[in-house]
Amino acid sequence: MKNLSLMRLSIWAYLAIFFAYLLGPLVIMSITAFNSPEFPRATPWECLTFEWFSALFQDERILNGIKNSILVGFGTVVLSVAMGLAGALMLTQIWPKLRATYYTIIIAPILVPGVVIGISTLVFWDRINRMLGLEADSFLSNGLFLTVIGQSTFIASYCMLVLVARLQRYDMALTEAALDLGATHAQAFRKVLLPFMKPAIASAAVLAFLASFENYNTTTFTFGEYPTLTIELAQKVRYGITPAISALAFIIVLLTVFAALFNEANIRRKELVALARKEATVEELSTGKFKMPGFLSSNWAAVGLVIVACATVVVVGTATVYSPQQCIADVQEQKRLETELRIQELQRQRELRRQQQEAEQGSSAAPAQSKPAGNDSGFGNVFAPSTLSGDAEEDAGKPEGNNSGFGGAFAPNTLSGEEGSEGSGN
Amino acid sequence: MSAGVGVDLENLWIRFGDFVAVRDANVNINGGDFFSFLGPSGCGKTTILRAVSGFLDPSDGRVLIGGNDMKGIGPNKRPTALIFQNLALFPLMKVWENITFSMEIKGASAKERRKRADELLDMIALPGQGDKLPSELSGGQRQRVAIARALCAEPDVLLLDEPLSALDLKLRQHMRTELREIQKRVGITFIYITHDQGEALTMSDNIAVMRAGVIDQIGNGKAIYNDPATAFAASFVGENNVFRGKVKRMMGSEALIETNRSGDLVARISSANQGRLKEGDAAMMFIRPEAFALAPDGASGDHFVTARVNHEEFEGNTFNIFMEGEGGKELKVAIPNLGQSFEDHTGQSITLEYEAQNAVVVPAGELAAE
Repeated sequence: MKNLSLMRLSIWAYLAIFFAYLLGPLVIMSITAFNSPEFPRATPWECLTFEWFSALFQDERILNGIKNSILVGFGTVVLSVAMGLAGALMLTQIWPKLRATYYTIIIAPILVPGVVIGISTLVFWDRINRMLGLEADSFLSNGLFLTVIGQSTFIASYCMLVLVARLQRYDMALTEAALDLGATHAQAFRKVLLPFMKPAIASAAVLAFLASFENYNTTTFTFGEYPTLTIELAQKVRYGITPAISALAFIIVLLTVFAALFNEANIRRKELVALARKEATVEELSTGKFKMPGFLSSNWAAVGLVIVACATVVVVGTATVYSPQQCIADVQEQKRLETELRIQELQRQRELRRQQQEAEQGSSAAPAQSKPAGNDSGFGNVFAPSTLSGDAEEDAGKPEGNNSGFGGAFAPNTLSGEEGSEGSGN
Repeated sequence: MSAGVGVDLENLWIRFGDFVAVRDANVNINGGDFFSFLGPSGCGKTTILRAVSGFLDPSDGRVLIGGNDMKGIGPNKRPTALIFQNLALFPLMKVWENITFSMEIKGASAKERRKRADELLDMIALPGQGDKLPSELSGGQRQRVAIARALCAEPDVLLLDEPLSALDLKLRQHMRTELREIQKRVGITFIYITHDQGEALTMSDNIAVMRAGVIDQIGNGKAIYNDPATAFAASFVGENNVFRGKVKRMMGSEALIETNRSGDLVARISSANQGRLKEGDAAMMFIRPEAFALAPDGASGDHFVTARVNHEEFEGNTFNIFMEGEGGKELKVAIPNLGQSFEDHTGQSITLEYEAQNAVVVPAGELAAE
């Protein structure tokens, strides 16, 4: 029993550590989005603020980046899913002996580094552009076009993998049945195969969009005059980041949570509806009056979705009326006071030291007792400007009066003087 | 309903690379017939069906439906409807949508489709089940939906590819009668593929027995059963006892066969082989288990068989005797149970008699695998 509980405990501990590792960075970053300091940090907590969100929505470059990312994303989704579906269909139709080779070829773009794809896309379309004798600002050298084409080269392969998995469960006899019942090939495709593939197409589209949205290394070569969000972020980071980027990240995390919950809620609802259909009688089915499950009943994902939605509404509502100005002013006042105190302290110390030096110069024959007993600084004089000057005569009187928690270890002169042994023995 | 469209196969060859799936098939199927292709799996019967429905182009020869050559006409343009072995119901469509798919293709309104679906559902005895999904039906119900879907297309010829093979025995027997009734009601030509001779015999007007791409015999159930043209047909359709030997003497429509183990026996020459069998030819003689009767001890002659009894069993309607036969195979005798008393013959040697017209002789050939 004891062993078992220990086992359980360690499993839970492992899970906790694992999730902390996975989600910790996201949580910390989300917190920084609401903290007022100019540099994103979670501690010390200063003031709750929403200013980084408004800063984000006022940043033209970020907004433009998002717009471009969405444009590229949609283009990539359309192109990749279409190519992926064609590739997947081909794979199921092709002569069995060629299948393995074909598969390798079509999967290869995933293995090629994105940088290579980016460069080669650029070079290839530039060549084509020149061959056709077009200007440098033609459609073929347009940043959006190149980015969509470049990203689709490998995202189409991802889509194909998703679609093939579903297609393998497809019974080709269904297409034959449709043909046999008078459908043309186009009709059979549209009315039978496509509805069957719909869930996989949706997955592939989401995958393609996300892969496109987060892509950097291919896009960096092809974006031209249409920098996407990742490009903009990378450029911004070079000049230092602000919590506005954390705010953006928080929004993306929130959207992801929303989408995941929504999807889960939908799946559960479908299961419940299927269950209800199974229990319904024939009459109920034909009149459509069988008892449908409520949206929230026994569906934790739907409940979660509603809770997150409510929380978002509350937070946004708070943000519109909440003003952190007072708090920020307080914090600034406090900081100012602290700084002033610090300056006063330093000035005081400097004054003391000056007096001391004057005294030493007066009686240079008796150095030992001259050190003041009252150094309260936690840094053991590290910050005292005079410690760096390498004044050897000062050392002699030090051990008695050093109250620093570091026992003089950080005092630069403990390592250099002949009396080092005395210092370490302290 | 457009009844009575016949199907003709003329010198039909279908090859896959070097493999010949169908070899020179010539079949005339009358309009309104229930016609079965009967043969073991892999004999090419499904291939013929696919050639008729248009999924496969013949390598040679012609497929005619209602006298028209179907060359170059796709499956969606032929007046045929195929019922697939696995039924191939569209899993995401409701039953009524499945049934009226052929109308949807032609652009019929949902109201019309609904109405037609309800009529067909009544016909297949599934009233009111139109709003279910195929996965919510039982095997037999799905079967009937597949039939309704094919009939909704108003085909001239309905093709069925072993549609009952996935059902359990009880349902299979029930569906046999039902299929036959549906066929009589709609009056169109049914072409049925099966490896089950019971299905073929009970349902069909005519049967083609196939072996390895070759059609051995075409005829109605009685002809196939009583008057097989080849050794394969004789051994594949129903239970049969084989006696190998050679023709010793021709006696008009009968022949005296010198069998390897049972002496000289007389048998009727099957009608397809009249005049083709000569004295000295290797031959096979077949006698059905139920054609034997117990004979008095010591009787001998050209219609008596004597052998040792291995074991006996009582089956209810018959009393089965298994005797030492040729090549390790047992000779089976089924005596109808009419309330008479049976004595146990196990280990004894007994004599059986048969009538010459109930024994049939064909040229020696390949037997059906057990």
